[in-house]
Formats: sequence, C-alpha cells, structure tokens
Amino acid sequence: MAVMNVSQALKNAIELEMRRDPRVYCIGEDEDIPNGMGGVFLVTKGLGDEFGANVRVAHQQGFEMKGQNIADDRVINTPISEILLGGVCVGSAMAGMRPVADLQYGDFLFCMMDQLVNQAAKMRYMSNGQLSVPMVMRAPVGAVRRGAQHAQSLESYFTHVPGLKVICPSTAYDAKGMMIQAIRDNNPVLVFEHKLLYGDKREAGNVSAEGDIPEEAYTVPFGKAAIRREGRDVTIVANLLMWYKAMEAAEELEKEGISCEIIDPRSLYPFDYDTVIASIKKTGKLMIVHEDTYTNGWGAQLAAYIAENAIMYLDAPVVRVATPDCPIPFSPVLEEYLIPSVKRITEEARKLAKL
Amino acid sequence: MSQFPTKEKALGMYLKMYEIRKYEERLYYLFLEGEMPGTLHQSHGEEACAVGMLYDLRKDDWMASTHRPAGHDLAKGVSLRSMMCEMFGKAEGCCGGKGGAMHTGDISVGALTANAIVGGNLPIAAGVGLAFKMQKKDNVVVCFFGDGASNEGSYHETMNAVGMWKLPVIYVCENNLYSANTSISLTCCQENVAADRAAVYGIPSEVVDGNDVVAVNEAAARAIARARAGEGATILELKTYRHGGHARNDACGYRPKDEEAYWMNERDPVRNFRKEILSRGVVTEEELAAMEAGVEQEIEDAVDYAKAAPLPAPEDALLNVYKED
Repeated sequence: MAVMNVSQALKNAIELEMRRDPRVYCIGEDEDIPNGMGGVFLVTKGLGDEFGANVRVAHQQGFEMKGQNIADDRVINTPISEILLGGVCVGSAMAGMRPVADLQYGDFLFCMMDQLVNQAAKMRYMSNGQLSVPMVMRAPVGAVRRGAQHAQSLESYFTHVPGLKVICPSTAYDAKGMMIQAIRDNNPVLVFEHKLLYGDKREAGNVSAEGDIPEEAYTVPFGKAAIRREGRDVTIVANLLMWYKAMEAAEELEKEGISCEIIDPRSLYPFDYDTVIASIKKTGKLMIVHEDTYTNGWGAQLAAYIAENAIMYLDAPVVRVATPDCPIPFSPVLEEYLIPSVKRITEEARKLAKL
Repeated sequence: MSQFPTKEKALGMYLKMYEIRKYEERLYYLFLEGEMPGTLHQSHGEEACAVGMLYDLRKDDWMASTHRPAGHDLAKGVSLRSMMCEMFGKAEGCCGGKGGAMHTGDISVGALTANAIVGGNLPIAAGVGLAFKMQKKDNVVVCFFGDGASNEGSYHETMNAVGMWKLPVIYVCENNLYSANTSISLTCCQENVAADRAAVYGIPSEVVDGNDVVAVNEAAARAIARARAGEGATILELKTYRHGGHARNDACGYRPKDEEAYWMNERDPVRNFRKEILSRGVVTEEELAAMEAGVEQEIEDAVDYAKAAPLPAPEDALLNVYKED
C-alpha cells in the first residue's frame, strides 16, 4: 500500500500499464517537458525518463534535442494541435496501439470534436466491427479561477455520443483502478478529472482525495457507482468535487437528524442506475448535484430515467442542484456564486427532507 | 521520364481502371432506376489516381479514403461483391449495410472505413503511420483527400506534425478543381493547393498528371520507397477531374462546357491508357475487348448477387456500437 493523491495515482496507473503492455503510449501537449510541465496538472511528469520522450533539454549553455525519431518514444510531446492529437489517437488505436492522451484543459476538447464524435465514436460502428478504437482521452474539468474557457464541466456532452465511454474518477483509489480499466478497454474512453482533486495544494479550493492504495495494478469496473455515505432520508447523487461538498452538507444535516446517502456515479456512461434506484427505495427522496450547468447536464438524464422507471419510489419531486446556465466568470466572488456550494446543497437537501 | 511498365502490369492497371469506370457507370444507372437507396459521390474520371497509387501497395499497407471511395477501395482490393452489397444495404456488404456509399472499406485488405468528413482522415492516417513506426514495421499508409480538404484546419495541423515526425504516410491530393461545387480557384491562392503548401511543412511534394496512370504509379513508387525507408511523408498532388457531379443529381452547371469537354474527351484516363496499351501492342484489340467484357460480366454478376442477397436483420442496427471484451 502507498499513500497517493489523484495525480500520483493516475501516473502510477499509466506507468504500470506502459510497463505491462508495449502498445500503451502517452501523447499530448506539454506531456513531459524537462524542467517544465508534465501535463498542466503534472500527471505525466517524468514518464519520459523511463519510457523515452521527444524533448529539448536546456543546459547551462545551450540545449540538446532528444527522441526526435519518435519510433522509440512512448511519451510524445505534440504541437498545440488538438485535431491532430485526436486523429493520431484514433488512427494509432485502430492500428494496434493504445494511446493515453492528455488535454491541458477539458475545454479544448471542443477543438477536436470531429475526431471524438465523428471518428473515434463511429469507426467501430461504421465498419460493422472490423475496427476498434482503444484510446483514452484525459480531460481536466472544473471551475478554478481561470475564467470561462478553462472552467467547464463538460462530461455531459460526451454521454450523448454513442460509442464513447465517459468516466469521472474522484478518489485516488478510483483514479488508479479506473485509469487502468480505461487503458485496457477496447473502446474510446473519456476520463474527466477535477482540477481541485489532483492534490495540488497551491490550487485554491483544493480538496484532498488521496488514499492509501495498493501499489500493484487493479481495476475498477465502469458502470458501478460508489456509495460514499450511507443514509436513510435523502439520496444525493453527485460526482467529482460535488460529492465531497455533499459530504460536508450531510455532516451538517446529520446534526439536525437528517440522514443523507451519498452516491458517486464514478462513470456517467455506462451509468449505474440500479444503485440509485436501490437507494431511493429506502429514502424516497432524490437530489442530484453536478458542477455542469443545469439544462441537459447528466442530472437531467438521471432524473428522466428515474421518472420513467422508478417514480413510484419517490415521495417528492427530484431536486437538481447545478451551476446555472451561465459561463464561468473569473472573479472568485462571482465564480463561487455560481458553483453549487456546501451551503446551497445543505439548504436544498434540508428542504427536500422536510417535504 | 516515364518508363512504360511490363505488359502484365500495364494490362492489370488498365483492367482495374476499366472495372472502376464500369462500376461507377453501373451504379449511376442503378440510381437512376431507383433501385439503390442513398446518395453517391462517384469517382469516374479519377481512376488513374486510385490505380496508380495503390497498384503496388502491399495488402498489409493501409489506405484511408474519402466520401468518394469506390475507386480507392476497388484498387486496394475490396471485393466487388461486398462493395455492391454495401450499396444495396445488404448484410453481406463490406460494412454489413452500416456504412453505405461514403464508408466502404475492408481492413482485411488494408482499406480503412472511408471517411466522409472532409479532412477527417488526415490526422487518422498520421496516427496509423505513427503506429507502424512505433511497431517497427515497414508498412506505409496512403491517404487520399480532395483539393477542398487542403483548406481544412486538420490538413495544416496534420502536415505540420507529419513533416516533423517523418511518418510513413503518402498524402495524395486528388485535385479535381472543385470542392463540391466551388472552384478551388475561389478559395485559395495557390495553384497547387496541396503541393505548394507542403514546402512550409518540410514535406517533399510532386505535382503529377493524375490522369496518367503510369506517371501516378511512378510518383507513388518514389513516395512509397521514401516512406518505407523511414524518410517520411510525401505529398502528391494529382491533377484530375470528376466526370460526374459532386453527388447524385448534380448537373455541374457551374463547370464551363469547354473545360468538361477537354477533361472528359482529350484527358480521359481510361480511354487514353487503352489507346496506349494497344499502340504498344500489349494485347490485341480483340483480346482486350474480351477482357473488358469479362470485367463487365463480373460487375453484372455482383449486381445480381447483391440484389438477391439478404437484408440485415433490422435489430442488427444496434450491434457494434461498442466492442465487448
């Protein structure tokens, strides 16, 4: 066992898979730059030392270039070209490799939408099963005082694309196990990681998600939610940073005699509806919390599914707590106003419990 | 200068071009007769590009095509029967009826599922090239695109990286002068839309008469040799012309009649190569006519087979969204 934060757990997962399987390689912008970044959130930092990278190493006087014949590199620094990055993943995956790609910020996924939506997601289908695209695309999400274009929680867009899998691990244990699962999966998997959960203490609002986790490889299957807290009165389904906030709310409410059950879906496609239904059979109340915006966030799909299949277990309307339909502003006071807070979750859950 | 190929190869290239021509013509009539669903983006007029580029490729080399894939697929070795079945949406189609006219392909002969997003296949081919390079294989990828695709962002992002990484990809611009209906001269300053822009990315390029199968084949051989030797990508710009419209029901009113007449008469790649092999005595006219009749019969057999072939089970629509482990 070893104590790791999410960033270390992700790196550990990738390096173990790279050692185990020569088809696995890393690719991205600033993927591993000597004396520089290793992904913006340092997940891939140092992997080039073991696996080789195309880099320019600065010295006291001048520099030297390494790994320019990228045939021997398994950590590839790309130009800032997201279409290229997406396409190279699709093509190399179809030809037998297993790319693990890094996007500096999830918001940049929109620059490669064609490659993700029209290409990665559809190649297996259009070819009637001749081709497969085993690729991993990692994308940091969440509002962290960088303004509207480095802030979005865009998981839900991709749950709407048949052919993609969408996961959002939020603990060190899940980060490692689900990353290994993603690398071994034979389909394109989008991994959404929250910027405030990586474990970088310099990041305002950082929440510790570290854990004492196995040092050897293990997998956490997709489509299995985690019950983060057991309770009797209200079921709260929340992902990434939001379930940590819901935990704080639950502690507050416990003092008032309101008992919350907190479910972290962990993967959004496939989604574990059964665990939610089992919980509302007990509580009769469902609240959904996500940092994504309100309209057609993944909570809308969950609410609709429950309405279709399990409405008889509910004693009150479903409540959704989400970021309002609004871009994310820079000023901390404005940002904090929009992102679901412990206070807002507490108030909404209290109201729901009393219905 | 052109070195005329062996008799066997010249005849092989001619008959493949003839097959593509007759296949496209037959499909056109099947459409007019209302027997075939969907739409069509046809490649007749561009046969020399497909055959010249792909004739010497190995089966385990890959090819990435576009929304106009029939010639490429036939030249890469996708079977006539599986192509025709796909056109009729039949279960035995090369994509089980899920692909259609714009997505034919058969990876068992190295033909990737064709890509109907203009420029979408360019970075994918780079990824395939990267995989071959990392796997230490000497395979190459031929990636076709149109003049219009050279204006896509994907073209520039891809060429920049491919030039730097020296990937074993041959990028082939079939410049047929029109991006759907818009003249390429209206949309970019360069005369050689792909080749003139290759230099800035450090990629060698050649401009070739795309209606001369021997010239195309020689340029292909140079580019393939470079790629196999690990020397990196080449951009070939093949000047050619679409005999049909962009898609079905396109009467091409935007093209000057004298331009059409020039390309479709004086520059017809199939007719001109036929004349050449006959004048060189590769075969007699009678022998060739018999072979052509044989090709036409194969196409008719494929049409008959495809018409009679079973449709997919409707519920198969839900298969192959994900790969189950």
